[in-house]
Amino acid sequence: MTDPFEPVIVGFTCNWCSYRAADLAGMARTKYAPNVRLIRLMCSGRVDPQFIFKAFAEGADGVLITGCHPGDCHYVEQNYKTLRRFTLLKKTLAALGIEGARLKLVWASAAEGNILAEEIDKMVTEIKALGPLNWKTDGRPTTGDGEIPSTVHRPPSVSPEVAA
Amino acid sequence: MAEKIGVYVCHCGSNIAGVVDVAGVAKWAEETWPNVRVARDYRFMCSSLGQEMIEKDIKELGLTRVVVAACSPHLHETTFRNACQRAGLNPYLFEMVSIREQVSWVTKDKAVATEKAKALIAGGVRRVVYHQPLEPLYVDINPNVLIVGGGIAGIQAALEIADQGSHVYLVEREPSIGGHMAQFDKTFPTLDCAACILTPKMFTAGTHPNITLLTWSEVEKVDGFVGNFTVQIRQKARKVNTEKCTGCGVCEEKCPKKVVDTVFEAGMGTRKAIYTPFPQAVPKYPVIDVENCIYYQRGTCKACEKLCPTGAIDFYQKDERLTVQVGNVILATGYELFDARRIPHYGYGRLANVITNLEFERLSNTAGPTGGKIVLRDGVTVPQTVGIIHCVGSRDIKYNLDCSAICCMQSLKFAHLVKEKTGAKVYNFYIDIRTPGKTYDEFYRRILDEGVHFIRGKVAEVTDAPRYPGEEGKLIIQVEDTLAGRQLRVPVDLVVLSAAMQPRVDAKEVAKKFGISCSANGWFIERHPKLDPVATMTEGIFIAGVCQGPKDIPASVSQGAAAAARVLGLIGRKQVTLEPVRARVDQAKCSGCRICNSLCPFNAITFIEDRAVSDINPALCQGCGTCVAACPAGAITGAHFTTQQIMAQIEGILWDVRNRHGVQEELQAVAAS
Repeated sequence: MTDPFEPVIVGFTCNWCSYRAADLAGMARTKYAPNVRLIRLMCSGRVDPQFIFKAFAEGADGVLITGCHPGDCHYVEQNYKTLRRFTLLKKTLAALGIEGARLKLVWASAAEGNILAEEIDKMVTEIKALGPLNWKTDGRPTTGDGEIPSTVHRPPSVSPEVAA
Repeated sequence: MAEKIGVYVCHCGSNIAGVVDVAGVAKWAEETWPNVRVARDYRFMCSSLGQEMIEKDIKELGLTRVVVAACSPHLHETTFRNACQRAGLNPYLFEMVSIREQVSWVTKDKAVATEKAKALIAGGVRRVVYHQPLEPLYVDINPNVLIVGGGIAGIQAALEIADQGSHVYLVEREPSIGGHMAQFDKTFPTLDCAACILTPKMFTAGTHPNITLLTWSEVEKVDGFVGNFTVQIRQKARKVNTEKCTGCGVCEEKCPKKVVDTVFEAGMGTRKAIYTPFPQAVPKYPVIDVENCIYYQRGTCKACEKLCPTGAIDFYQKDERLTVQVGNVILATGYELFDARRIPHYGYGRLANVITNLEFERLSNTAGPTGGKIVLRDGVTVPQTVGIIHCVGSRDIKYNLDCSAICCMQSLKFAHLVKEKTGAKVYNFYIDIRTPGKTYDEFYRRILDEGVHFIRGKVAEVTDAPRYPGEEGKLIIQVEDTLAGRQLRVPVDLVVLSAAMQPRVDAKEVAKKFGISCSANGWFIERHPKLDPVATMTEGIFIAGVCQGPKDIPASVSQGAAAAARVLGLIGRKQVTLEPVRARVDQAKCSGCRICNSLCPFNAITFIEDRAVSDINPALCQGCGTCVAACPAGAITGAHFTTQQIMAQIEGILWDVRNRHGVQEELQAVAAS
């Protein structure tokens, strides 16, 4: 094998706890797997299920959702709503043939840079074991030998000229 | 119109440039993304020269978007937004990418780090195209201030603010303000008595026209945001009408019920069932302890009521709830003493003459239960030898990792007081002596000169079981003297444990109430450990004193004053600008399904019945975006975190794996157009 598989994972963080955990991991110079690319939202409650499908469709091998611990949410209780959506999403992804380990939820407080780093390392190891998410170029996933129904389309690409 | 983006890659000295090929990344950005008009790398982008470079490019090259790849946006987002604004570009047309905290500081491999930096920048470049110019929201600041905790930090903050002319509500859980400092005997290193320097401040706070003292009270609920908090406070029933009470003290004198005072006297002395915690208490009004009052137990007695000259006793008084409006809050909730029972081999609670630091303070205090005589529990025997154990429950992986900051100086002070008052032989058992502070090390030297013994080693055990002659009837301290490299057994009469400062047991609950967070050790987290030590991540909520971390009186006073200065700064501005990160409903798209209605914890979403659509009050919306994600019609837009912006960012950060999956052509098509 010449090119070992390096998964690419999209991570969503909230502005208050988990993004700060990432900041703290940096300040503490905690080295962790470079495979996760973070996107900052104000709250994990902003994580729209569309974002997850989009990330998988665009080539991510895994998606990480992070937020404040239950009870510590900057917006009182919105991370509970994230938890609800996460549970539902897991089921939906399973129905699409996407392995459960590819979507992960981690609570990390602003003081838990090391925990975030550890969880990222763990997730990367797990996804390496799973191998790449096998999507066809038309956005239709194939996992194992079962074709996923063609009703699953790749979400439309947003391109600069559309907005301009 | 195609956007003209400027990309600026910071070296941060060698912090980023040492790991990421910054020049290569800048070159890549310019070559890969056609709408990137210019990409530059610079040693310190946040320096005035770096900022001027960006400003110059905005003006001369007509940039319409700016991306800075540097440290965390929590550090310098405002810096670069301001630079954009100075150059005439709306500050929200800027995006910051963290390639220091998220890349160079956490990644070993340089090539991999460079690739990750590129991906994150690609996310920023794609996202920023969809940014919209936004205007901050302005809200008026209510000049009233709530201060929680009437210890020295809270008192200092209250006085600073009240003197300037704003009104302060000072809430204290105990019947009197004063906090831990009121319990202390002498204060290091000057050895002036705590009461002598504290009580004048307490008196001023108690009589200040701009301070409303709410003692025997607790904050129950906090709503709102910076400038406009609504706070519900429960004033516990004192059972004494404060409008009639003159504080003469007859009730306390005549009350037949004595109770061990576990709070103020730390269990060393007693008080009555109707009491003021100490003679100089502010306010002077007593409180009836209903759990111990004979009337509440047996229905008779009422001695206080019969003898009160003004008829102030009111057995039927109920708790009162009041609501106050404030613009800012300072939390100065202090600390809890470590429960030394948790270290059973030190014998506290089992061996009578093992006492804590707080108990020693009361013992040594002239106003305390022994009149300031340092004696054993029997109340008469003067100790001949005293052992003082440092770091009890602090700097210990089993209990608290942090250093309590005051124990060394406090233990040195105890050694001095014991020597001065009893002439006893004193041993200090320490791990390290830490005396950083103005004239603190001089104090240590003075104590050394006074002939106090210092033994370096963590005490293994305190026992009353004698093993050698001369140990009978003594407490034996078993310790390894790590400087001499031998085991010692030191027989003493009295052991003082310098127990650690710990976060309040309900610190987490309080933090939640005010929307702030606690560190791993349980202290309130400041906005920045060095540059913003009294602010928190929640606008309008400040912290001062030990609730932020262990510290001594001078540091607590400084923080109290600092927090007051921050609050006064906000009050002086009269208005505060809020991030325009708010959700908005497009009523033309809203189907009136009401799914969003129950999602908002701030009650910002209302349903307009006659038009059958939902609407969001921007003043109440905090911008979390949960409703945006939930709206099935896509009718809600979360400003600065729009679906389009996030989708574009996802495409950007995955730009290289899109290629991997064979969509290079598509990317090129996008790029070409």
